[in-house]
Amino acid sequence: METLFFAIITLVAIVSAILVISCKNPINSALALVMTFFCLATYYVMLDAPFMAAIQVMVYAGAIMVLIVFTIMLLNIRVDATKKHSHKILLGSIIGFFTLINTVYILMKSHAAAPTGPFTGDMIKQIGHTELIGQEMFTKFLLPFEITSILLLVAIVGAVILAKKKL
Amino acid sequence: MENLNSYLTVSAILFSIGTIGVLTRKNAIVIFMCIELMLNAVNLTFIALSRYLGNLDGQVFVFFVMTVAAAEAAVGLALMIAFYNNKESIDVEDVNMLKW
Repeated sequence: METLFFAIITLVAIVSAILVISCKNPINSALALVMTFFCLATYYVMLDAPFMAAIQVMVYAGAIMVLIVFTIMLLNIRVDATKKHSHKILLGSIIGFFTLINTVYILMKSHAAAPTGPFTGDMIKQIGHTELIGQEMFTKFLLPFEITSILLLVAIVGAVILAKKKL
Repeated sequence: MENLNSYLTVSAILFSIGTIGVLTRKNAIVIFMCIELMLNAVNLTFIALSRYLGNLDGQVFVFFVMTVAAAEAAVGLALMIAFYNNKESIDVEDVNMLKW
């Protein structure tokens, strides 16, 4: 049952990812990308990471995609594809396909061999995923978490300055 | 729970599709969305391996990747708006002011 569900989600994710790169209109690409993000959130739920799934839907499918769609509509871009560069598409596809073959080959040859940590699926279900993530983030990763706030401040200031009329 | 390799394969496929998009499209916003797709493929790898190894560090890393992606979206889209104000286009082939 779960395998069938996984197969359906995978199919939807890959088809919508292909739609992202093949749609002529950027708005359609953005909507297909939202679909891919929802499929990834489903994967996260299947991997016992419900907090990450919620963050995925809220931050990615919510905030970031709203920003992108807002920019697309603000700029009012005409649909491209006036002229085609077939050799570029061919070359890019070959490189992407080669990346895929290489990665899958390495995946099939290897297996994950790191020391396993203490967090099992039962433990995550019992204590709660959000609580475990919070414990990790505010003890072991406190310094990176604080640095993240500086990054966000820089991004806010940078975006405001860049989008001003006069630079 | 599914096999780890199936998640990693899905992630590899999504990453490759994102790569093809970055290399073939000319609209800067679509290229930007393909980069987001690649970031998400990597996030899936992080979470699958983290769950498989019973270690939550990977999921905290995904949180940081999402933060960086949000910052990147804000700055990148502001850059695109600034470029559009100058050139009335966001084709990456029009970004050639530094060429001789």
